[in-house]
Amino acid sequence: MPMKDPLARRWRKGGPGELRRPDDGADLSLLEDALQGLPRNEMSVIPALQRAQEVYGYLPESVLAQIADELRVPWARVYGVATFYAQFHLKPRGRHIVLVCRGTACHVGGASEILGALEERLGIREGETTPDLMFTLETVACLGACALAPVIVVGGRYYGHLDEAKTLAVIDMYTDGNAAPEVQP
Amino acid sequence: MQVTINDRVYEAREGETILEVALRNGVRIPNLCYDRRLAPTGQCRLCLVEIEGARGLQPSCCMVVRDGMVIRTSTEEIEDIRRTVIRLLLTEHPNDCLRCEANGACALQDLAYEYGVDFPQKPRQPKFEVNEQDNPFIVRDYDKCILCERCVRICSEVQGANALTVACRGSESVVSTFLGGTLMDSPCVLCGHCVDTCPVGALVDRKRLGCGRTHDFVRVRTTCSHCGVGCGMFLLVRHGRIVAVEPHHASPANRGSLCVKGRYAYDFPHHPDRLTTPLIRRNGELQPATWDEALEYVATRMKQTLAESGPGAFAGWCSSCCTNESNYLFMKFMRAVIGTNTVDNCARNCHAPTVAGLATTLGAGAMTNSIAELQNAPCILAIGTNMTETHPVLALRVRKAVQQGAKLIVADPRRTELADLATTYLPLRVGTDIPLLNGMMHVIIKEGLCHEQFATERCEGLEELKAVVAEYPPERVAEITGIPAEDIINAAREFGEAERAAICYTMGITQHACGTDNVQSIANLALLTGNVGRENAGVNPLRGQSNVQGACDMGGLPNVLTGYQRMDDPAVQAKFGEAWGCDMPAEIGLKHTEAILRMGEGQIRCLYLMGEQPLLTDVDVNHARHCLERLDLLVMQDNFPGETSALAHVVLPATGWGETDGTFTNTERRVQRVRRAVLPPGESKPDTWIICELAKRMGKDIGSGNAKDTWNEIARLTPTMAGISYERIEKTGLQWPCRTPADPGTKFLHADLWTDRKAKFMPVHHQPPAELPDEEYPLVLTTGRRLYHYHTGMRTHHSQGIDDVAPEELVEMSPQDGQNLGIEDGEMVRVVSRRGEVTARATFTRRSPVGTIFMSFHFRESPTNVLTNPVLDPKAGIPEFKACAVRVEKVGETAPTPLPPFLQKGGDDRG
Repeated sequence: MPMKDPLARRWRKGGPGELRRPDDGADLSLLEDALQGLPRNEMSVIPALQRAQEVYGYLPESVLAQIADELRVPWARVYGVATFYAQFHLKPRGRHIVLVCRGTACHVGGASEILGALEERLGIREGETTPDLMFTLETVACLGACALAPVIVVGGRYYGHLDEAKTLAVIDMYTDGNAAPEVQP
Repeated sequence: MQVTINDRVYEAREGETILEVALRNGVRIPNLCYDRRLAPTGQCRLCLVEIEGARGLQPSCCMVVRDGMVIRTSTEEIEDIRRTVIRLLLTEHPNDCLRCEANGACALQDLAYEYGVDFPQKPRQPKFEVNEQDNPFIVRDYDKCILCERCVRICSEVQGANALTVACRGSESVVSTFLGGTLMDSPCVLCGHCVDTCPVGALVDRKRLGCGRTHDFVRVRTTCSHCGVGCGMFLLVRHGRIVAVEPHHASPANRGSLCVKGRYAYDFPHHPDRLTTPLIRRNGELQPATWDEALEYVATRMKQTLAESGPGAFAGWCSSCCTNESNYLFMKFMRAVIGTNTVDNCARNCHAPTVAGLATTLGAGAMTNSIAELQNAPCILAIGTNMTETHPVLALRVRKAVQQGAKLIVADPRRTELADLATTYLPLRVGTDIPLLNGMMHVIIKEGLCHEQFATERCEGLEELKAVVAEYPPERVAEITGIPAEDIINAAREFGEAERAAICYTMGITQHACGTDNVQSIANLALLTGNVGRENAGVNPLRGQSNVQGACDMGGLPNVLTGYQRMDDPAVQAKFGEAWGCDMPAEIGLKHTEAILRMGEGQIRCLYLMGEQPLLTDVDVNHARHCLERLDLLVMQDNFPGETSALAHVVLPATGWGETDGTFTNTERRVQRVRRAVLPPGESKPDTWIICELAKRMGKDIGSGNAKDTWNEIARLTPTMAGISYERIEKTGLQWPCRTPADPGTKFLHADLWTDRKAKFMPVHHQPPAELPDEEYPLVLTTGRRLYHYHTGMRTHHSQGIDDVAPEELVEMSPQDGQNLGIEDGEMVRVVSRRGEVTARATFTRRSPVGTIFMSFHFRESPTNVLTNPVLDPKAGIPEFKACAVRVEKVGETAPTPLPPFLQKGGDDRG
């Protein structure tokens, strides 16, 4: 088999025997407090991930590895749990979470256009976060606020009866830093 | 207990599942996620059955039988569900059976055939792209994955590598490593269990891509060529080549497991560097010759030497990688034709102290218990054994025991992978095994944890032992070994309180100048706690090479004949003399390490080597080379030229593993068949043929060389193997002692210690290693093997892919030592001892304790044994490979230094 990368000719585990630990600069010392009181076993994976996400705002790769080591659970298993639940985020999240409702009422009222306008303004696609970590754009099946359709939620606050222009105005408020209340990550 | 399946009554055992009863009785229940080795999960929903009185259908893989259960495996409702499940799987599955590697060996394909389900009309888009090119052995194509999770579970439950998980959810679910990286970036050890269990084509072997599908292969059952575990395997042969290896699921030694070497290092027989024709050195160069010329040349020179200097001028070293039959004929040649007992094999460099030490204490030197028993031992002491790398498949049993709650005490200077598994880890200093064991015995005696009845009634010398170990209170032992006293006390309690406890050890115990004493100390501990002659306990030396047990059993030793019949026993001499039609040499022969010195002195003039490469494996190889250079005749019989061919006068190409019929004896004394699967390259001949032909030319007929006839001769002359015949081991090997054709073999030894004979305590005192670190050489070098290579790498370097994952020698050291020396992780360094120097790449690892570095001896570019200390154990003649003093220097360049001249001449371009 031709080896594509000459650098692939390197030792595997079993010889020198260490896994490469992800290095993303996360401050792992914060974990110590976060994991306080949790039993060191597999049962604690979900609460540990929840607490870690509270601390870091998301789950950095090095934090996943550290949690696994602390709880004496394989790295891969922690990764499986973290990717299974929608509540866990492996990528950094923006300061403001923008949720665009795609329920029937909102759809009829122009949710697609609103989403398009947001994607264009923020320069990101649905599910992504702006490089300056200000906004994360997500969609939701239905917020149950159909009377306000079309509706978006920014940082926990509902903004209803929108069109493209109004939507961008809402975003501008957050961009200027005037909107309140802000939700701390 | 009885259950009724489809109106027929079957006997069931307590705790069995319905599926197990059905499988055992040949009742077909379709399944995809079931593997005998794994805990059932019931997720494929194919094995659903109807149980009378139960609500709904139940997955038979998860349902434990109850007495009187009435089960139907096939009703219209069940068949409908199965058909639907298969249809759903096929809608998610690429329609590429025509070019799929698993075609013909695919459980999904078989079910589609059985249930008459087709792929959907509308073609689907691939879900996952395959782009993992960095793995030389395993191809993952999750587009074909049916998410049965067998790979995830086997990686965790059996191998314990935990490289895999199922990531994401719903339709996006995919088997993944941590962060979705490649297997090469994961803890994967490339054992191939996942490939073995995958029911479809999602995981396949890269090395067999395009080499044929399952119906194209001839499957030849044989035994692995690498380590002493003796895993049963099938060679998949097509067009005269071994193209793949699959594990033998019913083999007692491995039960369907293999390691990376067994599964993927199998193609060395086809390497272009193989010797293909006899060579004779003429005018300083090895030149091709015919067999007639070569054999005549050897016979003439041997006869001449014999006439001039007598049999004392000869030495012969046989090999732990050759069959029992070859080893037997080799030692018969040396004894009956040449007339010398100077026969030895590479066990001298590994387990000679075991043979010597256990013979005096227990009465026989071999692994007392069986591999499978380790799984059920409530407590295991693993001392001086890095078994997850050196005996990976045996280590799976220990891992299983720990998973089941057994206590595992690991004593090793290096924090090995096994140490990570341990319930108690004792990081002792190199060469302080005796004080540790004495300390443990001290605590055991003090706290009344010894087996009073066994130690007093069935053993001799308890008082002497007590007197010696009294000098080793935990506090003193802590000082010597560096282990905290309370850990020693804890370990002693864990070991002493266990109802049964097994001890496993390897080279960390034997390769010391006090190797035999180390072994005796281990035996003392086992005797004191009554852990000998009982199931799931025992003293278990794990043998190294595939047939090192056999090479010793066959009498490839200077002092014994087959089955350890003593050379100096007149009755034995008479028996063999009569059988062989010769006068037996009476004088005990020289050990390997002694003989080599005589070569240096010019007293031994002729050396016959069969499958040995002393220029990499011998201690202080620079000196060994000087000795070999003085020989008048060095005859080398091997598969590859290797290092020794640079000095050989005659080179005889022998057939190797995969080309030879015979038997190997694994570490648990199990005699197992190895079979010829392919034709040897060129004019290579079996070792047995070469030896017999040579004997004929020397004027003596020692047999035809036929493997089966040779075995029958061995069995006839060896009471402990008299009951073993090729017919009986056709399918599964037998463990000696096996004295009669009806004898089922012996699972564990020394049961008679409880009734008939007595064992002997051999108390021993601490002896520090001969060479301790000092100002000039401040570090301790300890040596050993690594997972991916085997010994000199004759087989692993010549198998595709292994060198890609393990390309070079590494000097393992703690980051702290590295910093003190001012070197970077990954920098080339020079390791210097009083005897020589070697250049290799440094690697920092927490596995190395501060002050101790580790190297293997797999690489001719970095021949570690240039450094090692040739001080010998006076009782067993084993050199102290495990401890010598060195210093590490910066090289200041990245390229390795040129090879020593004697290695450059080898003509062995490994590429």
